[in-house]
Amino acid sequence: MSFLSLLVNEPGRQVLMSGNEAITRGAIEAGLSYAASYPGSPTAEIVTNLGRLAKTHELYAEWSVNEKVAIEEAAGASFTGLRSLCVVKHNGLNVALDSLVSISIGGVKAGMVLVVGDDPAAHSSTNEEDSRLISKVAHLPILEPSTPEEAKQMTLAAYTLSERVQLPVTLRCVTRLSHGSGNVTLSLIQPANKKPVFKKEDRFVTHVAFHQAQEIKLAKIREAADTLPFNTYTGPEDAKTIIIASGPSSLYALEAVQALGLAGEVGVLKLGITWPLPEKFLLKHMKHAEKVIFIEEIEPFNEENVMALAAQHMTDIYPIQFFGQHSGHVAGPKGPGLGEMDPDIVKRSIARVMDTGVAEAEAAVATTNAVSAAGVPSAGIPEREMAFCAGCPHRASFWAMKSALALDGRNGVVLGDIGCYSLALRRTGWSLPQTMHAMGSGAGIANGLGKLDMFGFNQPVIAVVGDSTFFHATIPALINARYTSSNFMLVVLDNETTAMTGHQPHPGLNKNAMGEDVQGIAMEDVVRGLNIPVSIHDPYDVKGTVETVYKLLQSEGAKVLILRRVCALLAAKAETRPRVYVNQDQCIGDDCGCNRFCSTTFSCPATIWDPKKGKAVIDEVVCNRCQVCVSLCPQGAIKVEGGDQVAR
Amino acid sequence: MPGKVLNIIVTGVGGQGNVLASQIIATAAVESGYQVSVGETFGASQRGGSVMSHVRVSQEKLGPLIPRGEADFILGFEPLETLRTFREYGSQKTQVIMNVRPNYPLGVLLNEDKYPDIPELTENIRANSERVWALAATDLAVSVGVPVGTNMVMTGAFVGTHILPIGLETYEAVLEGLFTGEILRLNLAAFQAGFKAVS
Repeated sequence: MSFLSLLVNEPGRQVLMSGNEAITRGAIEAGLSYAASYPGSPTAEIVTNLGRLAKTHELYAEWSVNEKVAIEEAAGASFTGLRSLCVVKHNGLNVALDSLVSISIGGVKAGMVLVVGDDPAAHSSTNEEDSRLISKVAHLPILEPSTPEEAKQMTLAAYTLSERVQLPVTLRCVTRLSHGSGNVTLSLIQPANKKPVFKKEDRFVTHVAFHQAQEIKLAKIREAADTLPFNTYTGPEDAKTIIIASGPSSLYALEAVQALGLAGEVGVLKLGITWPLPEKFLLKHMKHAEKVIFIEEIEPFNEENVMALAAQHMTDIYPIQFFGQHSGHVAGPKGPGLGEMDPDIVKRSIARVMDTGVAEAEAAVATTNAVSAAGVPSAGIPEREMAFCAGCPHRASFWAMKSALALDGRNGVVLGDIGCYSLALRRTGWSLPQTMHAMGSGAGIANGLGKLDMFGFNQPVIAVVGDSTFFHATIPALINARYTSSNFMLVVLDNETTAMTGHQPHPGLNKNAMGEDVQGIAMEDVVRGLNIPVSIHDPYDVKGTVETVYKLLQSEGAKVLILRRVCALLAAKAETRPRVYVNQDQCIGDDCGCNRFCSTTFSCPATIWDPKKGKAVIDEVVCNRCQVCVSLCPQGAIKVEGGDQVAR
Repeated sequence: MPGKVLNIIVTGVGGQGNVLASQIIATAAVESGYQVSVGETFGASQRGGSVMSHVRVSQEKLGPLIPRGEADFILGFEPLETLRTFREYGSQKTQVIMNVRPNYPLGVLLNEDKYPDIPELTENIRANSERVWALAATDLAVSVGVPVGTNMVMTGAFVGTHILPIGLETYEAVLEGLFTGEILRLNLAAFQAGFKAVS
């Protein structure tokens, strides 16, 4: 818990920091002036912390409306001579891609660092994606930290590299680095230029004429790559087998080599810079190797780039054999290039290539065995699927939409989007949405479906977005709907925060990333400005919401319904909370005929079954006091006592 | 500390405060001169899923994940998650502190899955591990006036086992760096209740 340690100016002192905190600290030590980001896991905590440090460290930090704007802002600051930072997750880099490619061609001035958080195994994402492929398309150098300590050092080095060649530099992180923690040694916070000037003679322009300059810049980095301290080799100087790894995977490889007793014959070459490659360093070690094993997350990026390098120098390094995702030796339980690495997968991969200790290593990975090594049978261990929190307004909203669509009876289609409400694809939201893609995609798809009436399509269409997503990527789709008279309903699940990534503010709110009061934009005003009808309702009033959704479904054209109720996790911090409880004298249990509606159908984690009495009961430690169940219980057995009660 | 490396897993359900517990243990270890590597995920973890933090305390640089079967200590905030984690990472050498209060997964609420019998689950882990402390941590938190203080009770209990040679005052200093005023007082009360329950 190192927010305070971010402030410490004691060079040499060791503190615990997460990867995100270490990058934050590195940027501050480098004299950062300007940071822009749209929140995304696993990198959201960087700008959260920079916002808190803005005043004390004379910097500006912003939650931008989306990643495209964020990267453009960071470039702008760099053009004026200020060191800047743009922080995204892998999906966010896709949003920013057009601008990224262009900014790279035109070049930057002061150091600009792009932190990208990839999420192998998609711990907190809809998908997994290897963003290194995108940085390569954009001609950016890529540094890959393996520990928080290295993340801080690399952030500093990235600024120097960026200024040397006037290209943005990517710091590619994975979840285990960003959210992991470790010892970090503090350095001095450097004084920096904080006086922006856009010089009269400066030009930053995208044009094919600068492609050559871009290649020359990359060639310079390629030369410098060999001298970077982040590429390391551990093992015998003449090892016949070497492992080439990057990021936290390199630590798994070092441990696996020890565990397999191979330290005397296998070397581990850790790449700190993965694009462009440190060619001399790699060739030097491939010369003594006969077998090369690649360990990395997610795609075979190093594997393919190093194999191309080897092909070019084959006469010098022959004979040599490559093992990795392409050969099938390096693979998690789902197959090569799927999911994340861990010490056991890496150990098994090396064991397979070296043909030693394979059986034991296979057993450690296969945790699906009926009885584990620990002696525990798998039977009777139910899965824990993700669900809306107790009291989440989205549960009530999706229940209301489900009910209204059933009343409507025309086989209405619900289109999902990115945020907490993505969970509605699971059982917690009755799997109501039938599509989910990128930020704002539901509204775009709705535009298309809403024009199919000429072909006889008559199913009503609801696109669902969150409040932050509304601003991020939905407004152009609404403009399009108004322009083309597309027929659909947009439901904004407005919980007054960017909840999924940790409750960051967005343009609809009256706070910014630095905690300052600002004038938020009312989304209903935006919609009215487009001359699209807009209604607002409280989803905790389930009956009223069902009626509103039903009524709107009967109208033609584009319309917007805002279901507004603050996130239950924020509301749970309020002091005047009522008590919600089941009056077990009124609950008649399985005689009711409701089939335990509150627990088995509405399935709020706080309404549980009391097997001793055969009646419902509310777990008051879990309950967030939304009181929605009160109006849904057919017996009226759920009661509210004291505190702020919801109007219905 | 039993070996060169102490592998600790803090496990539970999103929202129980496991991340804070692992950060307190890890911070105290760094302040005491150890090399620490922590692996965890958060973000989606708030939404009722299984949450696991790996904390590795040693004198060398290690990766953020513990190999399967190599947990020395499991701090389980919830019985089912303790069992799930023990199954993958536990062994006869593992010591376990388990909060006995269940948090029902969706499948159990939907009446499709059966939540395991807790005394039976406890015995299963006890039979296959070095030692189990079954602790009514949530009840203890409620009794000292902090219903959301289960994580502090569990952290205090971990400290009470003295498996890491780090004094109580180091942890209390970490808490003092994190909280102030009434919140600090309540958290310290829950932490001390956990400490006493085990030592």
